Amino acid sequence: MEWETVIGLEVHAQLATNSKIFSGAATAFGAEPNTQACAIDLGLPGVLPVLNRDTVAMAIKLGLSVNAEIAERSVFARKNYFYPDLPKGYQISQYELPIVKSGYLDVILDDGSIKRIGITRAHLEEDAGKSLHEDFSNMTGVDFNRAGTPLLEIVSEPDMRSAKEAIAYLKTLHALVRYLGICDGNMQEGSFRCDANVSVRPKGQAKFGTRAEIKNVNSFRFVEKAIEYEVKRQIALIESGGTVLQETRLYDADKDETRSMRSKEEANDYRYFPDPDLLPLMVTAEWVEKIRSELPELPAQKRERFQREYELSAYDAAVLVSSKELAMYFEEVLKHTQAPAKLVTNWVMGDLAAALNKANLDIATSPVSAEQLAGLLNRMHDNTISGKIAKEVFEALWHGAKDADSVINERGLQQVTDTSAIEKIIDDVIHANPAQLADYRSGKDRLFGYFVGQVMKLSQGKANPEQVNNLLKEKLK
Amino acid sequence: MSRISEETVNKIAHLARLSINEQELPEYVTNLSNILTLVEEMSQFDTKQIQAMAHPLAMSQRLREDKVTEPNQREEMQKLTKFTEAGLYLVPQVIE
Amino acid sequence: MMHTKTVAEMANDLAAKKYSSVELTTHFLNRIEHYGENLNSFITVTKEQALAAAKHADVQRQAGKAGPLTGIPMAQKDIFCTKGVKTSCGSKMLDNFISPYDATLIERCNQAGLVMLGKANMDEFAMGSSNENSYYGPVKNPWDLTRVPGGSSGGSAAAVAARLAPIATGTDTGGSIRQPAALCNLTGIKPTYGRVSRYGMIAFASSLDQGGIFGVNAEDAALLLNVIAGFDEKDSTSADMPVPDYRKTLNDSLTGLRIGVPKEYFAEGLNSQVADCIHEAIKTYEKLGAVIKEISLPHTNMSIPAYYVIAPAECSSNLSRYDGVRYGYRCEKPKDLIDLYKRTRSEGFGKEVKRRIMIGTYALSAGYYDAYYLKAQQIRQLIRQDFVEAFKEVDVILGPTTPDTAFKIGEKADDPVSMYLSDIYTISVNLAGLPGISAPAGFVNNLPVGMQLIGHDFSEAKLLNVVHQYQQHTDWHKRMPEGF
Repeated sequence: MEWETVIGLEVHAQLATNSKIFSGAATAFGAEPNTQACAIDLGLPGVLPVLNRDTVAMAIKLGLSVNAEIAERSVFARKNYFYPDLPKGYQISQYELPIVKSGYLDVILDDGSIKRIGITRAHLEEDAGKSLHEDFSNMTGVDFNRAGTPLLEIVSEPDMRSAKEAIAYLKTLHALVRYLGICDGNMQEGSFRCDANVSVRPKGQAKFGTRAEIKNVNSFRFVEKAIEYEVKRQIALIESGGTVLQETRLYDADKDETRSMRSKEEANDYRYFPDPDLLPLMVTAEWVEKIRSELPELPAQKRERFQREYELSAYDAAVLVSSKELAMYFEEVLKHTQAPAKLVTNWVMGDLAAALNKANLDIATSPVSAEQLAGLLNRMHDNTISGKIAKEVFEALWHGAKDADSVINERGLQQVTDTSAIEKIIDDVIHANPAQLADYRSGKDRLFGYFVGQVMKLSQGKANPEQVNNLLKEKLK
Repeated sequence: MSRISEETVNKIAHLARLSINEQELPEYVTNLSNILTLVEEMSQFDTKQIQAMAHPLAMSQRLREDKVTEPNQREEMQKLTKFTEAGLYLVPQVIE
Repeated sequence: MMHTKTVAEMANDLAAKKYSSVELTTHFLNRIEHYGENLNSFITVTKEQALAAAKHADVQRQAGKAGPLTGIPMAQKDIFCTKGVKTSCGSKMLDNFISPYDATLIERCNQAGLVMLGKANMDEFAMGSSNENSYYGPVKNPWDLTRVPGGSSGGSAAAVAARLAPIATGTDTGGSIRQPAALCNLTGIKPTYGRVSRYGMIAFASSLDQGGIFGVNAEDAALLLNVIAGFDEKDSTSADMPVPDYRKTLNDSLTGLRIGVPKEYFAEGLNSQVADCIHEAIKTYEKLGAVIKEISLPHTNMSIPAYYVIAPAECSSNLSRYDGVRYGYRCEKPKDLIDLYKRTRSEGFGKEVKRRIMIGTYALSAGYYDAYYLKAQQIRQLIRQDFVEAFKEVDVILGPTTPDTAFKIGEKADDPVSMYLSDIYTISVNLAGLPGISAPAGFVNNLPVGMQLIGHDFSEAKLLNVVHQYQQHTDWHKRMPEGF
C-alpha cells in the first residue's frame, strides 16, 4: 500500500525581551540557577502577574508577517497541572481566544516550487522552569530561571506531507522570527523548539490517521530524522496489524528513534479557565497599524526583490534570504563591487558557504568580510586575477590576510595580460615540446589542452586564459 | 439529588493532588454531593443568551514596560525552604 | 481610657501630644497580652516591630512629618504578606512562611505611619464564615465567648470589637468582612473590586477577593480607606481611578437619598427579630430625609450556587502552588514526587480548604466546565444586571447583613451547606464586584445585628456618608462588649 505522511508543527519561539512575560525578572540565558527567579516567577503567595507590552507587540509582528488575523480581544487562561518545574501549578497561556489566528506561510521547496502552509494560531504563554536530573542524592534539582520567560506558540495546520516539507516550513519560520527580531532562534539554547504531530494514512484517504506528538526536538536535522523514523514506525506498525496510539513521544538522537513518554500522558485534564488575575487583552487597530508600518522587509518580500533587482533564480534568491544575516552579507558585497550579482551569488552560495560549512561557522562570524569578498570579486571582474587565482586569494583572506589587493601584490598574482609576455611563454612551450607539436599538426587536436596546461603552468596560473587560448591557436597553426 | 461516586472523588483527589483515605471517603462523598445539589439549582435558569462574566470590572489588561526591575534574590527566596542545593530546589527524582 | 476612643479621636490626641504613639501602642499591646489569648484573635503579635514603628512615628511627629494616621496602631489580617513576619493565612501550610515582601496594602499602611500590632487570626485561606477553620483554632466572639465572631476575618473583627486594636484590615470574598462586622457590632467595608490592591494579599478567589476595613464607626473606616485605596501597577485588576477623600463627604445630607430595599432580602430564612432591627433602621433613614423604595433582585437565590462554583474553581487553581517545593509545609520523607504532592497538601491543608479544592477541581474538569463554571459565570452576569437595573432607580440598597446573629462555636461545623447559606446577602455583592458596608443596627438577645448597604461601583464615599449620618443619630456602634 502507498502511504501518505501528514505533519503539523507546533513551534515555541522564546521572545527576545529583556524581562519576563509577567514579571520584571531578567531573561538572559545561562545565568546561575534561580538568580533570575523573582517572587512572581516562584509563585509566592499573594503575587500577581502584569503583562509585558513587548511580548504583545512581538506576537502582533509575527501575526502580520504570516498574513494572520490579530484578535482585538484575546484572553489568558490557566492550564492546570502539577509538575516540579511549574511553580504555580498552572501555566498562563492563551486557550480559546489567542492573539493571532488563521494565517499562512509560503514555503519554497527544494525543487523551487512554492507550498502554502496554514497557520492555525499563535498565542502568548509563559515557559516553565527546568528540571536537572543530575544526581543530588536521588533528588532532582529545579531551576526556575526560565519560568515566566515569554513564549509565542505558533501552531501550523497539518499541511505538510514529508519531513522535507516540514523542515522547509520550519526553516522559513525560523528565518522569519529572526528577521522580525522577536526571537534569537537559538535551537541549542531552546529559544526555538518544535513539537511535531505526525500521522500516516493510505494515499487517497481523506481521514487523518491517529497522530503521535514528538516533543522538543532541538535541531532541524533531528526534526527531520525524528519524523522519518516516526513515519517508518507507524507504517510498519499498521502493516503488521497494529494501531497507532495517540501519545507523546520523545526523540532520542543517540539511538535515532522515538519512544513513548507515558509518564507525561497520565490523566491530562488541564482544567483550563480564564485567569482571573489578568483581564482581557485588547489590541487597538491603531497599534496594529503602527506595528505594520514599522515592519522590516520580510523574507518573502526580499526574495521577490532579489529576483527582480538582481535577476536571480527563485532558488538562489530563496537560499540568500533564508537568513537575515546572509541576505545582509550578500547585499553588502554588492554594495562594494562592480561584479555582476550572479558572480556574487555563486561565491556567497559556493566557495564561501562551503568554507563556512566546513569550519562549522555561520555567516555572521565569517572570517572573510563582505567588503573583503567584494575586493576579491572586483579583481576577478577587472581580470586582474583568474577564477583559479581567486580561490588562492580567498584562502589567504580566510586565514587572516588584510585584503585581496595586498595578497595579489605581495604574491605577484596579477594576471599576465601582456601579449608579448604570453607569446614568449608560448614560444618556450612549443620549443620544449617538438614531438607534441608534430602530433598536433598532424591532426591530434586533443593536444591543444596539453599546450594550454603547459602555458598556464609555466605562467604559474597567471596568464589570462582567454588570451592564452587565442594566441596558442595562432602559433600552433 | 446529585450523587458523586467514590470513584469520582478519588479521581478528583488525584487531579488535585490530595490524598483521601478510606475513612474520609464517605464524608467527602456526602459533602460534595450536597454541595453539587446546591450548585445544580442554577440549572433552573436558562442562560443560553447570557454572556459569561469572567470579571466584575469591565476593564482591559494593562501592559507594563519591558524593563528588568527584579535583581537576583536567590538567597532571600531560598531561606524559605531547607531543600536546596547548589542554588537548585530539590524534589524527589522526576522520572521521564 | 485610650482604647475606648475612636481612631479619629486618637489621631487628634496624638496631634495634640496628649500621649505618644509608643504609649498608645503599649496600651494596646498590653490589652492583647491580657485578653488576646482567650479570644484567640491574633496569630502573631509583633510587639518589638510595633514598638519600633511607634517610636519612629513619634520621631516623625516631632519632626513635623506626621500624616493623619501616623502612630495609630492597627491589626492586619494574616492574609496580607508582611516582610520579615510570619504570614500564615491561617494555614498549617504557611505556618513556617516568613514573607520576603510586603503586600501593597501593608506598604501603604507603613508609609502612612500606622503601627502594626500583629497578624489577626482568620479562617484558613479565608475560607469560612465562622473562623472555626483556622489552623490556630477558633476565634471567640467578644459579645459571647461561646459564639463565633464570623469569618473569615474573625480575628480582625474580634480584636477591634474587644478594642485590642482600634482598627483592622480584613478581606472579603463572599462576606468575610461584612458578616463578622455584623456579628461583632462593627462597621466593616468591602470596597469595589479593584479599589484596593490585591498584590500581596494571599489569593482565595481572585475575581471576588477584595481587601477592606473593620472600624468602630464609618469615620474611622473612611480614614483608613484613604490610606489603602488606590491604583497599584502590580495588580492588573487594580482600578486606575482617582481616590476621593472619604472623610470629606461624611457629613453630606441624606435628604432625597433613594434607598432601595430588596424584597428578596426579607424572605424566608431571615430571623424576624433581625428583620425588626433593619426595619427600625429604615425608619431612621426616613427621618433623615431618605426616600425608601422596594426593589427586586430576582437572582439573589442563585448567588450561593454560582459562588460555590466560581470561588472553589478559582481557589482550586490558586492553591496549586502549595506543593512543598519552594516554601511552606513539606511532608516528611516523601517517597516519590506524587507522595510529596499528596502528603504535603493533605497534611498542610485543613478540611474545608480540601473540600473547596475538590469542588473546584470537579467543576473545572473535562465535561463539567460548561455545566458548572460557564453556567455560574452566566448567572453572575444576571446577578450583576439585577443590581445595575436597581441602581437606575435607587442610590443605595439596604438590607440585613446576615440572616441571624452569631451562632455557637461548633453549631454548623459539620454541615458546610448550612454554613454557606448564612452568606446569602453578602455573596451577590462580591459576584457583582460592588462595594458593600455593614454597620451596627441593633441587638437581639444581647447579640449584635448588622445592616448592609450596597452601592454602585466606586461609591464607597456615599456608603460611608450614609452610615456616618446614621451613626450621628444612633448609638448601636458605641456599645462595647463587657469584660474587656
